[in-house]
Amino acid sequence: MALTKAVIAEKLFDEVGLNKREAKDIVDLFFEEIRSSLEKGQQVKLSGFGNFDLRDKEERPGRNPKTGEEIPITARRVVTFKPGQKLRARVESYAGNSKK
Amino acid sequence: MTKSELIEALSLKQTHLSQKDIDLAIKTILENMAQALEQGERIEIRGFGSFSLHHRPPRKGRNPKTGAAVKLSEKYVPHFKPGKEMRYRINTSAGYQS
Repeated sequence: MALTKAVIAEKLFDEVGLNKREAKDIVDLFFEEIRSSLEKGQQVKLSGFGNFDLRDKEERPGRNPKTGEEIPITARRVVTFKPGQKLRARVESYAGNSKK
Repeated sequence: MTKSELIEALSLKQTHLSQKDIDLAIKTILENMAQALEQGERIEIRGFGSFSLHHRPPRKGRNPKTGAAVKLSEKYVPHFKPGKEMRYRINTSAGYQS
């Protein structure tokens, strides 16, 4: 099963002792705050986890894969995630099985 | 924005919890996210994005100093795919057309 906001809120209830309302609010605020920082053009650095960076991409030629028609991919800003050393080290040796 | 600035920003918005509680809450959120990935479990946050593991097959590398060939074993790396709302908000706020 995937980790969702509801599951994270449940963990805050169990592990931190926040009430359900507070737990849900903090989880919502956490992701909203990261998103709005990125929206303001500011990268987010979470030490031990990773960085959310922004990249401005220029327009480039593209193709509609269904029709084969050539259409430009417009200039845009995208977010990328660069996992930190610690997180990389933690997942590197994952044995790989059904849970993925 | 850093983790401590994020904690500060949240304590301004969630005034009935102490900064200590918020600090612990955020660390707990990140630790649970790291643990999920460590176990090969996906993270799915609607409107934000999803995290999963990508497999990297074994390959032969070289020690850049000595030139000696080294075997690099297979591994997994964390991957983030931004969600629809995230992509849209970042792109339009930057002044690009959607």
